[in-house]
Amino acid sequence: MNSDSGGMGIAVAELEEMSRRCRINILKMTHKAGAGHPGGSLSAIDLIVALYGTKLRIDSENADWDDRDRFIMSKGHASPAVYSILNEIGYLSEDDLMGFRTLGSVCQGHVDMKWTRGVDFSAGSLGMGLSFGLGCSLAAKMDDSNRTIWVMVGDGELQEGEVWEAAMAADFHSAGNLKLIVDRNGIQNDDFVNVQMEVGDVASKFSSFGWEVMEIDGHSMKEILVALDWATSVKNVPCVIVAKTVKGKGVSFMEGNPAFHGKAPDDDELRIALEELS
Amino acid sequence: MSAPSIGGASRDGYGSGLLRIAEDPRVVVIEADLGKSTKSCHFRTKYPSKSFSMGIAEQNMMLVAAGMAASGKIPFASTFAIFTERAFEQVRNGIARPELTVHICGSHGGIHTGTDGSSAQSIEDLAIYRTIPGMAVLHPCDDLSAEELTVQLLNHDGPTYMRTARNKIARIYDHDSVGKLKIGRGSVIRSGNDVCIIACGVMVSQALIAAGELANSGINASVIDMHTLKPLDTELVDSMAMSCGCFVTAEDHSVIGGLGGAVAEHLSTGITVPLEMIGVRDEFGQSGESSELMSRMGLTSEDIKNSALKAISRKSS
Repeated sequence: MNSDSGGMGIAVAELEEMSRRCRINILKMTHKAGAGHPGGSLSAIDLIVALYGTKLRIDSENADWDDRDRFIMSKGHASPAVYSILNEIGYLSEDDLMGFRTLGSVCQGHVDMKWTRGVDFSAGSLGMGLSFGLGCSLAAKMDDSNRTIWVMVGDGELQEGEVWEAAMAADFHSAGNLKLIVDRNGIQNDDFVNVQMEVGDVASKFSSFGWEVMEIDGHSMKEILVALDWATSVKNVPCVIVAKTVKGKGVSFMEGNPAFHGKAPDDDELRIALEELS
Repeated sequence: MSAPSIGGASRDGYGSGLLRIAEDPRVVVIEADLGKSTKSCHFRTKYPSKSFSMGIAEQNMMLVAAGMAASGKIPFASTFAIFTERAFEQVRNGIARPELTVHICGSHGGIHTGTDGSSAQSIEDLAIYRTIPGMAVLHPCDDLSAEELTVQLLNHDGPTYMRTARNKIARIYDHDSVGKLKIGRGSVIRSGNDVCIIACGVMVSQALIAAGELANSGINASVIDMHTLKPLDTELVDSMAMSCGCFVTAEDHSVIGGLGGAVAEHLSTGITVPLEMIGVRDEFGQSGESSELMSRMGLTSEDIKNSALKAISRKSS
């Protein structure tokens, strides 16, 4: 990985293949643990793969490199998505992944910077990541660093008031190095987002807070790459990519199914899912 | 130690302390609109590029501080003590759990805050922050000690909560004696062998008055300024248990979970000697002058003195 140019600089077909491998690992690790959140991991993984594959300036040899870009996974329950990409980079082994949620594992139930090399934020309580990202952003500006801070939130997470405290503050502080990705999969823990508390026109809401906004299909690798380029080009104000996604994307019986927000596949479900992804 | 003089409030000491460490490039100040009250305003005026206003949004302030700490800064974030509590879970999950060094200051702690009424009088902050793993909890008694402890925080690893008070009170320390303070070590202000009064914050001055009155009756009391509630100076508590044989704790805070609770937790597993607690008795305050409220809620030197006599009477003969 080239820490100067950012990302792994790989082509669309390779990114799609990486996503497929990550999906398989997401399913395997949640199945092995008998717990976890496959649905929101599968909705987010294409975005995460594209980000790590083409943009994020990190050092595969030194996860603690001070001037690395940050990826703040605020929807921390989608930890299998993060662990699967960290496996691709080489920060985590297959054995690490299969220890997911077990005692002493580096793969905690929710992403945790204290436990996992390459994780930049301790999540698990929704609504906090954008604020943390803003803190990273302001520190980078103080240091005159060009590091970029990427934050991912879920759409249900937008119901948390702190997200909007941070959105207002990011505009006020001209956090141009702060890039948000909304995984707009339409499903939260109990039910569909529009049943629990519809978050409405997310793009307009952020726009009214002073943010630059782009809406994309969060499973089209080409659209994602265009959006990441666009986000990188935005300089003086914070920007957000609102990515329309499908919960459980890639596995037929999980797609759009609220049941798989927080339920692992059983033996039969895993077998069918892996067949679909093969 | 020189005779007490009227200094500033402990919140003034926080403001002065920030100025003394301001030249460290890692130090940043974060506010949630109340910098004029917590006294971080002086830092903000002098160092605007290192000061960040988060508006009236405490939850965001705490996580912004966490993000800055994770990026090599040493953030000092302040608001009223009571409003830090609004962001308790942010402190717990976003700051303490990843062991980030963020220094939180909650001003206007306690009933002493006065006429603003019960909404502003935090009486539970010390207790709740004590429960967070790895979090140090401080409550200095005057402006000079607050300044000194703020300066020492610069070299303290891990999250901290410091409560300061709104109002000016008698100064306990002078510029020489304050230099001997150390985070995590109780400060013995007066020595005696009949009873030990352990106090924090504005109650330290009341404890000294009580000790003086007890002395007039031939009773010699030790007085400790326990400016650090966590980690508690258990060595000093044990030493006092042996030499004095009974305790009174005094705090402008609920008797549940604060200084009294901390001392009781420790004593109950070791040297079990009588302990009487002066503090708020599981009730909210109201508007009123500080002196009126402290009197009404049993937080005076007279209350400490009576508790000392009771503690002494409970010693096994």
